Amino acid sequence: MKIAILLFLVATSAFAAEEKTFTPPAERDIPKNEFGDAVRLGKSIFTDTQHFAKKYVGNGLNCSNCHLDSGRMADSAPLWGAYVRYPAYRAKTKQVNTFEERLQGCFEYSMNGTAPKSGTPELTALVSYAYWMSTGAPVNTKLKGAGFPKLNKPELAPDYARGQKVFTANCQICHGSNGEGIKVAGKFAFPPLWGKESFNWGAGLHRIDTAAGFIKGNMPLAKGGTLTDQESWDVATFVMSHDRPADPRAKTGIAAAKKDFHEENCKYGETVEGHVLGE
Amino acid sequence: MKLIFLVLGMLPLLAQAADTSTKINVSSCEVCHGKNGVGKNEFPRLGGQEPAYFVKQLQDFRAGTRSNPMMQSVAKSMSEADMAQYAAYFSKLPLPAAKASTEDAALLAEGESLAKNGDWPKGIPACFQCHGENGQGISRDFPQITGQPARYTAAQIANWKSGSRSNDAIGLMKTVSDKLTDGQIKAVSAYLSQGVTK
Ligand code: HEC
Ligand code: HEC
Ligand code: HEC
Ligand code: HEC
Repeated sequence: MKIAILLFLVATSAFAAEEKTFTPPAERDIPKNEFGDAVRLGKSIFTDTQHFAKKYVGNGLNCSNCHLDSGRMADSAPLWGAYVRYPAYRAKTKQVNTFEERLQGCFEYSMNGTAPKSGTPELTALVSYAYWMSTGAPVNTKLKGAGFPKLNKPELAPDYARGQKVFTANCQICHGSNGEGIKVAGKFAFPPLWGKESFNWGAGLHRIDTAAGFIKGNMPLAKGGTLTDQESWDVATFVMSHDRPADPRAKTGIAAAKKDFHEENCKYGETVEGHVLGE
Repeated sequence: MKLIFLVLGMLPLLAQAADTSTKINVSSCEVCHGKNGVGKNEFPRLGGQEPAYFVKQLQDFRAGTRSNPMMQSVAKSMSEADMAQYAAYFSKLPLPAAKASTEDAALLAEGESLAKNGDWPKGIPACFQCHGENGQGISRDFPQITGQPARYTAAQIANWKSGSRSNDAIGLMKTVSDKLTDGQIKAVSAYLSQGVTK
């Protein structure tokens, strides 16, 4: 009997340890020294990229618009989940990328800008912030809460018209009727979802499966987890069926780029509402 | 030269005077909401409020979708045009200067952190993400919450929790209210009552 209880306790505690997400150190614990200064700058760049890394940014977004709570939140590709998984082979680039290279990709695609070079204060600060946030995390492990969650395929094929209805009812109040976002005093209070101030066709979020997972988990703001899987796929399809800045990899035209980079989960190169996406 | 300045300076006042004397009666509101609509205790501050939000609240009181005996009887006799004029008048009044709260510093610091950073592990974004930097509101649907009497703010959040206020778009504020603890409500209400601090 005693042994059974013991075994039970061991089993449940092992289970609990596995299920718990990693907790990064608190912000007040950033050391008060030169390294701490770099960490703090990294955080500022991450949450106000518009201001602190202005010259590398080509749209209206900040890193923390997609990586919530300053890059801390589980299931929104937190920095502590990412840092310990690089270097890694990536299908997107067909080579092994370092963490720095991963960050550079975010600037080119999600921020529609240019990558800061290795050794620039901006890139060093971002790496420092991610490294500090991963204090105590095991290296070369996929931690629970890392990355964006994958949603199961929906029952019905995702649909633009149904998605538009979800959008009008749940998203428009903040992101605007044309997905343009809302600006206050020249700064986005609610970020744009498409158009020239948004991420480009090379960014991870343009993939409908990735966007559906992000939206299900986090949107409408404060109400994450309330849309059904079907609604999330539908609204992601609607949002990703609008124009956005060109794919920087599309050097030889849309048709070739469609074949090389946009075969699945994506409307790139298709005609939607009488208009070829990606032009 | 001086005279011109004087006249120019008085123009807005004259325009306001004309408005109030012919159409709307601002002093009838000030009886409860205070001079210039600064608010006190359970009476909210009207000065500086988002006009679209302001009109919506009056419509909701009139329709009974937001309940409060005093305001429902005030709103009952109002036309859409009256509502728009009151909103235009009050929304243009300047924010009063920041005033320090007498609550203790630790409580105010907790309130400030909630307002600016939220409590994400509990699914609460920063108040200012929806209510604008410093809580001054975001047109059209997100009200100004800074400078509001602490008692009023705490009461509204309690009303959402209990379900007695339920007129918010997509249930956004209901969702946030449900996740706030009593301690957090006290802290953030005290912090916000100080008005714009920076
Ligand atoms: C428009 C939304 C968006 C913005 C803005 C954005 N990212 Fe990302 N980020 C993503 C998505 C989506 C992924 C996952 C991509 C994938 O797996 O296909 C990702 C992945 C990452 C990863 C790797 C995560 C992992 O677990 O492997 C890092 C690190 C990262 N982003 C950092 C940044 C930084 C730094 C910025 C700002 C310079 C930024 N991101 C801006 C959406 C965004
Ligand atoms: C209450 C306002 C609000 C509502 C409603 C809302 N969002 Fe958002 N959304 C935000 C904010 C704020 C951010 C940025 C998050 C941050 O910086 O913390 C965001 C970020 C996003 C992003 C990633 C950043 C970008 O610009 O691409 C997407 C995609 C998104 N929202 C989609 C949606 C969809 C789809 C809906 C409706 C189902 C929705 N949102 C409803 C406020 C809102
Ligand atoms: C008898 C007192 C009283 C009078 C007179 C009065 N109000 Fe109010 N008003 C209140 C109270 C109390 C509330 C808060 C109701 C609640 O707790 O939901 C309120 C709320 C409001 C609100 C909603 C504010 C917000 O931030 O949500 C508006 C707008 C408003 N009043 C406008 C007016 C206008 C305009 C007048 C003059 C025509 C007026 N009130 C006259 C007592 C009064
Ligand atoms: C996801 C968006 C969102 C967040 C986050 C949010 N609010 Fe709100 N809040 C709203 C909306 C929308 C309304 C307007 C409801 C209506 O139209 O009646 C509102 C209304 C209010 C009101 C009533 C204002 C009045 O004059 O009656 C108060 C008080 C308030 N919020 C406080 C807060 C506080 C404190 C926080 C942070 C703990 C917060 N809100 C976070 C969306 C939000």
